[in-house]
Amino acid sequence: MTEAIPSTNAAPIELPDNTPVVEFKDVSITFDVKPVLHHISFCVDRGQTLIILGPAGCGKSVLLKLANGLLGPDSGSIRIFGKEITTMRERDLYALRAHIGMVFQESALFDSLDVEDNVAYRLHEEHVPEDESHKRVVEALKFVELEQAIDKFPSELSGGMRRRVSIARAIISGPDLILYDSPTGGLDPITSTTIIELVMKQRDVSHTTSLLVTHRLQDAFALATHRFDTTTGGMKPIPHDPGQPGTGPGIDPGTKFLMLNEGSIVFHGTTEELVHSKDPWIENYLA
Amino acid sequence: MAFSSPEVFIKQRIAAVQDYSILAGSAIADIFTAPRYWADIFTQMDSIGVGSMPIIILTGFFTGCVLALQSVTALQEFGAVSKTGSLVALSMVKELGPVLTGLMVSGRNAAGMASEIGSMKVTEQLDAMRALGTDPIRKLVTPRVVATVFMLFFLTIIADAVGIAGGAMVSVFMLGLNGSSYLHTSYQGLVYGDVVQGLTKPIFSGYIIATVGCYFGMKTTGGTQGVGRATTQAVVVSSVFIIIVDFLVTRVMIGIFGS
Repeated sequence: MTEAIPSTNAAPIELPDNTPVVEFKDVSITFDVKPVLHHISFCVDRGQTLIILGPAGCGKSVLLKLANGLLGPDSGSIRIFGKEITTMRERDLYALRAHIGMVFQESALFDSLDVEDNVAYRLHEEHVPEDESHKRVVEALKFVELEQAIDKFPSELSGGMRRRVSIARAIISGPDLILYDSPTGGLDPITSTTIIELVMKQRDVSHTTSLLVTHRLQDAFALATHRFDTTTGGMKPIPHDPGQPGTGPGIDPGTKFLMLNEGSIVFHGTTEELVHSKDPWIENYLA
Repeated sequence: MAFSSPEVFIKQRIAAVQDYSILAGSAIADIFTAPRYWADIFTQMDSIGVGSMPIIILTGFFTGCVLALQSVTALQEFGAVSKTGSLVALSMVKELGPVLTGLMVSGRNAAGMASEIGSMKVTEQLDAMRALGTDPIRKLVTPRVVATVFMLFFLTIIADAVGIAGGAMVSVFMLGLNGSSYLHTSYQGLVYGDVVQGLTKPIFSGYIIATVGCYFGMKTTGGTQGVGRATTQAVVVSSVFIIIVDFLVTRVMIGIFGS
């Protein structure tokens, strides 16, 4: 139940020390005449989770699509696994995306395929034998605790179940980077907690680097202050550890925050720095 | 609906032509490189080809019937009733078979492609496909282009055949003409150039139907209302393109074969 999903056909990417998994440098993008992101620069190191916060329409989802090469910036540089993707051919981007999992805001499941075919989509594309593919689909569905829904179609699933299938589809190939676009958006608090537990499980069991967009502060702080407990199969608060320098009490050191407002970064730092920020806009947002 | 300045309007139209050209070119280029989605090609062939058979048979048959009925009145004035078969066959094979088949398949399949791909676009399924490492043009557009071009060719042959048969039935059972004479003049009236002309047109029509349908599907914005708009645009644009290209191909064929 709590085993990491094994990495599959695409061999894990080896990065030289200190090379960030995600690196944005001075990235700007405009839709028609409306600037959506301007001069965005940040890095995410291996194993880190970057939580992207901000009000609706501030460019959070666009930022994730830029990180996956689904959109191209007007200016600036985006390096994923040390490779510049802004000048990469679409064909090479498809190869790079084999190492990136993405969970979409509205799940974006293929509605004409059942859960098994949705989750196994990438494996089918890679011509993985049917037996092997089925085994791995079952493993991924067990990870999200949804193995009973393997034969169902997306229209037969609830919003939370669809989100979990979407997570299973993203993690089935054991990606080196996962992009979560509002995985709890539009869900009730109990289902949201289930989804956040899955994100936490993937972070703490598989140690996958991730970018998570959310506008729900409680989800963001749950990720920063809790850890997945493999014995109970749920999340538990991180105990106070005064002996560990650089980390605050009961805070996951690998979880960082990035706050956006009107297309610009207003904060980038640790959980402690965020909660102690004196910036009036941040104080107001967190209030 | 907001009005845009002439400059913006022209830029948008040029960008649309550019996007369409890239999509239409990529759909062909992807045929020659792996991966190829054979299962999708066969599924589309079944949907477009076999699925369109009833409407093509009905349209072709009754067009042939009405053609015989209308032409015999005019031919009677010149004492050329025996040429009914030739007139029906020439009209069906050179013009009405290819054009009506193209228009019927356009109404059925360009709309289907635009709505299916458009729904995928507005629900982020196309982005999900790209995020999962699949090129949507290769996976969705190329199979539809191959299947439509291939199947429209054979659908046109079927439409021509049932059209001539429909003309024969009207000529024999309603107008009292000699069946053998009808079929003989039909056969005699057709020459190699007529058949080539008639079977060149569906290749172009098939390409137009698939690329226009997929283009409007992939450019869909604005939710379910946008899907409806894309579907309408796909049918209107592909139908108009089919008729324009029909004229151009006819002119080129007359230049080549001389009639």
